[in-house]
Amino acid sequence: MESKKTLRAPVSQKPLVIEKPENPEYIGGSVSIEINEKKFSVPLGTTILEACRQNQIHIPTLCHHEDLCVAGVCRICVVEVEGMRTLQASCAFPITAPIKIKTTSNAVRRSRKHIIDLLLSEHYGECYSCFRNNNCELQSLAKEYGVDHYSFGHIQNPRYEVDNSSYSVVRDMDKCILCKRCVRTCIDLQEVGVLEAIGRGHDTHIGTFWDKPLAEVICINCGQCINRCPTGALRANDPRDEIWSAIDNPKKHVVIQTAPSPRAAICEEFGMEPGTSLTGEMNTALRRIGFDVVFDTNFTADLTIFEEGTELIQRLYNALVKKEQVALPQFTSCSPGWVKYLEHFYPEYVDNLSSAKSPQQMFGALIKTFYAKRKGIDPKDIVSVAVMPCSAKKFECNRPEMVDSGFKDVDYGLTTRELAQMIKEAGIYLPEMPKSHFDDPFGEASGAGLIFGATGGVMEAALRTVVEFITGKKIENIFANADITPVRGFEGIKYAELPISDVGPVPKLIAHLVPDWNWLKGATLKIAVVHGTANAKKVMDDIKAGGKFSECHFIEFMACPGGCIGGGGQPIPTTPEIRKLRAKAIYDEDKSLPVRKSHENRHVVEIYNEFLTDGPCGHISHKLLHTHYIKRGKYIA
Amino acid sequence: METIKKKRTGPVIFSEYKRGDAIKKAILMTREDILFELKDSKLKGRGGAGFPTSTKWMLTAAAKSDDKFLVCNADEGEPGTFKDRVLLMEYPELVFDGMVVGGYTIGSQKGIVYLRGEYEYLLKPLQDYLEVMRKDNLLGKNIFGKKDFNFDIEIFLGSGAYVCGEETALIESLEGHRGEPRNRPPYPINTGYLGRPTSVNNVETLAAVSHIVVKGGSWFAKFGTDKSSGSKLFSVSGDCEKPGVYELPWGTKISELLKIVEAKNTKAVQIGGASGHCVPKSQFDRTMAYEDVATGGSVMVFNESRDMLHVLKNFMEFFVEESCGQCTPCRMGNVKLLEGVEMIEKGEYTFAHINKLKDLGRTMQMASKCGLGQSSPNPFISILENFNDEIFNAGNGGRNGK
Repeated sequence: MESKKTLRAPVSQKPLVIEKPENPEYIGGSVSIEINEKKFSVPLGTTILEACRQNQIHIPTLCHHEDLCVAGVCRICVVEVEGMRTLQASCAFPITAPIKIKTTSNAVRRSRKHIIDLLLSEHYGECYSCFRNNNCELQSLAKEYGVDHYSFGHIQNPRYEVDNSSYSVVRDMDKCILCKRCVRTCIDLQEVGVLEAIGRGHDTHIGTFWDKPLAEVICINCGQCINRCPTGALRANDPRDEIWSAIDNPKKHVVIQTAPSPRAAICEEFGMEPGTSLTGEMNTALRRIGFDVVFDTNFTADLTIFEEGTELIQRLYNALVKKEQVALPQFTSCSPGWVKYLEHFYPEYVDNLSSAKSPQQMFGALIKTFYAKRKGIDPKDIVSVAVMPCSAKKFECNRPEMVDSGFKDVDYGLTTRELAQMIKEAGIYLPEMPKSHFDDPFGEASGAGLIFGATGGVMEAALRTVVEFITGKKIENIFANADITPVRGFEGIKYAELPISDVGPVPKLIAHLVPDWNWLKGATLKIAVVHGTANAKKVMDDIKAGGKFSECHFIEFMACPGGCIGGGGQPIPTTPEIRKLRAKAIYDEDKSLPVRKSHENRHVVEIYNEFLTDGPCGHISHKLLHTHYIKRGKYIA
Repeated sequence: METIKKKRTGPVIFSEYKRGDAIKKAILMTREDILFELKDSKLKGRGGAGFPTSTKWMLTAAAKSDDKFLVCNADEGEPGTFKDRVLLMEYPELVFDGMVVGGYTIGSQKGIVYLRGEYEYLLKPLQDYLEVMRKDNLLGKNIFGKKDFNFDIEIFLGSGAYVCGEETALIESLEGHRGEPRNRPPYPINTGYLGRPTSVNNVETLAAVSHIVVKGGSWFAKFGTDKSSGSKLFSVSGDCEKPGVYELPWGTKISELLKIVEAKNTKAVQIGGASGHCVPKSQFDRTMAYEDVATGGSVMVFNESRDMLHVLKNFMEFFVEESCGQCTPCRMGNVKLLEGVEMIEKGEYTFAHINKLKDLGRTMQMASKCGLGQSSPNPFISILENFNDEIFNAGNGGRNGK
């Protein structure tokens, strides 16, 4: 057979290739079509679905998702195209000629109703016992089409076992409607590919390699499949019960840290439009729920900048001055999904990962050491919870090496969705809460820590500090308002170069590591920002081939499209538009903060003076704040 | 191939043909001339759908690409069809010469035979046959001295899925993926195997091409009816004395065929395989042709002793299993139809529900993604309608409606 290109996704699920017709009448221009006897003009190649949506004609969809390639499998979006014998899936039909479309004919209505009835007949369980109640696309469709009974019966017994083997993702295939969004997410969007349809006909189900439990395949726990599942078939592994009982236990000191992204998205769980930050309100709600103290993960994000930035400087110094063999470019390690992706798919590059722990795990280690000591609390009585936009954080806190405090550093990872649920259970309507601040000794963090939530944020935060450290000049002199725009935005792979023309004195904090900056004078710092593991694959393959990215010094990788704001623990649904609004909320809040650079966070400086006394990347910080990685390859551990 | 070469007779396909003749003639013709011959012959695809072959090849020939493919669909999965096996076993020269001609016409250098998994035993003899063709310069570089005409054929073994007879599912399978039909458009003539223009043709179509090229399009069009030119191979099975493969001109009446195969006490004939139509006795004077009872060649004969509900159940069980599971109407609709059959079997049904299922069948015909789901309700609808009396009123085990 023809030498095969690596085609990871089935072609049927790739975007359509539309050849422009020869007829000059259509070339490059638009096509006039008729929808329900009204005339419209649409650009050539527009799908019927897009054409309808652009013109306020509603077409129901299930398998279609803005982030994913076409599938055309649920058939709920069928419409009548004049002259065609059968109905056409509007999501998969590119308009290349003038056609007449009917979206409400008898055949269309009947088909849609039948399809909903068919899907419901095997959709096990009831809506009120489902976490997606009121946020389920199948449920909405049933309502939209006035389903008041099960026309073709309703399944009484489960067909599949619930797979809750994974720390992160729980799969309940009895609720699956086989839209294959998860399959396409996993293989196309994330280039992981642990999910695929197995079996044929009625036995078809979404499964893993040999139907193994999810914990035994190379799932990276990113949870993007959860965000795109239209029903309750996929959910995160929910620790709410354990957390409630810790709160109820008077002997336990329950600490919660909140990541930057949940505060920018949790409003969506309370019926608000995306893009409103509820930081202060969330702090109050958390205290009212019963958490003893509320900390800001941004504090350890600032700390990460010190540790990771110092590590980068060390690597560069060792490579350029000491001429040692050093793994470069340095990769960020904040995203546990990305870390596991690298461990599985590019294990030979684990040395490139920054050894600095993610902010969540740094905080975990500090809470059960520094904080426990200062407050005089026995660390074994501390229950440490982390609100994260992420399902992979649940896996990360359960990694066996994450016990540097002598205890499990972080006990539970809680997603934005689960926190919203707890707030609701506590009878609180979040938007109504008064605002309050984070608790000391970590207090308020900088805007640099906050923007960790969006793709490019870690890089921007690092640059704000590293550039000032090296040049001794204010970052505002280089980038207006300290907004480093080249690393912002949703482009999958961003690349930037930063020439270092002048150098300043070495700051005291890292003076013991490098004598001066002269070795960097005239150098050009090459950086890249990557989000979504499909993009990561492109960059990693380029590095492997010795391409442009292999010459980078520092690359930020985030497993999820959009970075943490698009994380697998964030409110459902997710679309490019929603992610944009969440990112805007974060950048707006950053703008409003008094401190916007990690090295200006006085609490961080304090902790280096008081506790991590031998400085960034020193002995104590190495014990508590750094970790190591596993060359997993195709193996789980 | 030195196998049991049984002498078969027939007006077109089984008429005299010498290996290589079609290729020899074709390379002296222009591509346009061949397309005109095909157009004159009015040859339609023999797999069942009946798409004009000249149009398919013309579009593939017109598609711009460095690489094009000609795929011979030898998946022959339709229950009751076995004529492709006969052609491949006994007349491989017709099929492969047809492929070479096709490659020449559409400008492809590569032919692929998608051989049904169950026909694995044919793989070796066919490969040997191709080797002989290569030796004789019927395949390979500069075929028969025609400069720059290179064409070779490879055989790919399927894995036993019925749906892989659907051309886009077949292409997915060729590419090493799960056999699932693609969205159309784009059609394989533009975006087929490896994203290149691909023409997928049935074994019998390709065999017919060889004859057409040698004997002319108008010769071919003389046979059959105006809308269904030429002849057709019918795979006859079931309650008859002489089952087997028969070549008859299109337009042959069902009753005539039954006479030829010596079927007695025939109650019904399932024409077109499981997804075809069940024709009752009262309609035996209908003809087999694209304009009347269209078929890919399968003819199953049922005599008076057969229980039609049982026949229907068998078909529905087949579809429940063979649906690729991709689209909702087919994956779940067939299950509901089978449940309906079982309800009738047990006498636990209401006519309201059966009518609802027939309606569901019509949705499946309209809304399914590919031909499988679009045709799988055919037996349900046609058997229940044509054998209404037998099924609902025969008193067979309490089948009377409630």
